[in-house]
Amino acid sequence: MKLLLLPAIAVLAVFAAALTALFRWSLLEFIPGSLVPGGYTLDNFRAVLAPQYLHAVRDTVILAALTTVLTLLASYPVAYALARTPSRAVRSTLLVLTLAPFFTGAIVRTYAWVLVLGNTVMTWPIPMLFTERGVLVGLVHFSMPTMILILAAALSHIDPAYERAAASLGARPARVFWRVTLPLSMPGIVSGGLIVFAWTLSAFPTPELLGGGKVKMIANVVKDLGLDSFNWPGSAAFAMLALALTLALLAAAGRFTGSRPA
Amino acid sequence: MRLRLAVLLLLAFMTLPTVVVIAVSFNPTAILSFPPAGFSWRWYVNVLTYPQFQRAAWNSLVVTGGAVLLALPIGTLAALALERARLRGRALWAAALLSPLVVPGVAAGLGFLILAAALGLLRSRIVLVVAHVALVLPFVVRSVWVSVRNLDPALERAAASLGASPRRIFFRVTLPLLRPGLFAALLFAVVVSVNEFVVSLFISNRVTEILPVAMFNYVVNYTDPTIAALSSLFIAATFLVIWLADRFLDLGRVFLQH
Repeated sequence: MKLLLLPAIAVLAVFAAALTALFRWSLLEFIPGSLVPGGYTLDNFRAVLAPQYLHAVRDTVILAALTTVLTLLASYPVAYALARTPSRAVRSTLLVLTLAPFFTGAIVRTYAWVLVLGNTVMTWPIPMLFTERGVLVGLVHFSMPTMILILAAALSHIDPAYERAAASLGARPARVFWRVTLPLSMPGIVSGGLIVFAWTLSAFPTPELLGGGKVKMIANVVKDLGLDSFNWPGSAAFAMLALALTLALLAAAGRFTGSRPA
Repeated sequence: MRLRLAVLLLLAFMTLPTVVVIAVSFNPTAILSFPPAGFSWRWYVNVLTYPQFQRAAWNSLVVTGGAVLLALPIGTLAALALERARLRGRALWAAALLSPLVVPGVAAGLGFLILAAALGLLRSRIVLVVAHVALVLPFVVRSVWVSVRNLDPALERAAASLGASPRRIFFRVTLPLLRPGLFAALLFAVVVSVNEFVVSLFISNRVTEILPVAMFNYVVNYTDPTIAALSSLFIAATFLVIWLADRFLDLGRVFLQH
């Protein structure tokens, strides 16, 4: 039986080899104009702290934090409706509308926002496309399906008897929500928040297309250095930074919920 | 009532881009406008006749086809082993198998790029197929594992006691009973692979690039509604897939009750 795992382990080994190569290159010296790296050095990680790049790291963290909060606020009502509607038709409709962007590729979804934010549909009073505001809208839209599914799962695990009990003891609906439903859905809020934050830290297509080169997040720096400047060592250092941040946050998410991430 | 209004507004926010893309795709002029000034299929014609998209569509077919054909058996065997083998550290193995899910796309992409360069495989679609297998494997393992867990071993014992060989039991009892999990796995694998963009961007070039990468390059270089037409085709395909999935699998059960 154990042997059945072997092919999967072979695939994992290739994946691990790719990440090991990434780690090794992040420690190699970049020689401009050459694809052959020099000896071992920590210069690539020092470069992360240079002003131009530190700016990208700071923007990334701010955008990810704002995205997490706005996504939570925007997703909770939909998740609540999804978990509590008695009608199978409503539930099905909500689920299909939630899953549709989930199943649609990143490029299709992001391009759609290029159209909406680029004054095609309506003229915005302030510039949206190629600004941090526009990127934020795209990131929230991108994260909502994931958040809705996580919150809806958490909400559907709450026994409605608790809410009925609070109501029968005279609590008004608002009080039932703030004192019973919301606290009981906290595991979903925490794990959903951490997962969305972690994913947004390494977001790429959204800032790339909606930021139009003016908004740089960590992943955009990885692409600029790696694919445009052929500075693989510098690019690898940023990729390692994204990887480390993501893993740390997902480990925290797992600890909070005591279960697997996502 | 207020909740209902909020939910409707949020759903409008979620679906707005899709509506706009479809409307723009029928726009008769190259300058984007909304609502469209008329009706035209010309961008759809453009999608179907642009040589780079034809090449990318063929690459997508090869890469996704190859990756899914490899990942389905590999993931199914792994799911069977995870549930049934006497395994030490089962949770660790499961976490390892699902780990590609949590690695940022740019990290995996650059890693595969460096690895492919070292092996001299930069001009080949093999790297894309291997990377896609690794990326869809977690979805296959999870979907099939759920079905393996729900499978009553008594049915296989019954077949064995009636004299069926292990091979016959596997193909006549085990596999048919795993059908819902296999179907979900196939669905996820195809959807994830067809839409994969970030990793593929790093490890492909003009000759090997798959559709999402070709679309990205087109958006960066041109502004006409061709991508709106291609996006609309993707959206139509997506709704078809979800509709099929909702008919044959109870999506609510798959997504809400883990």
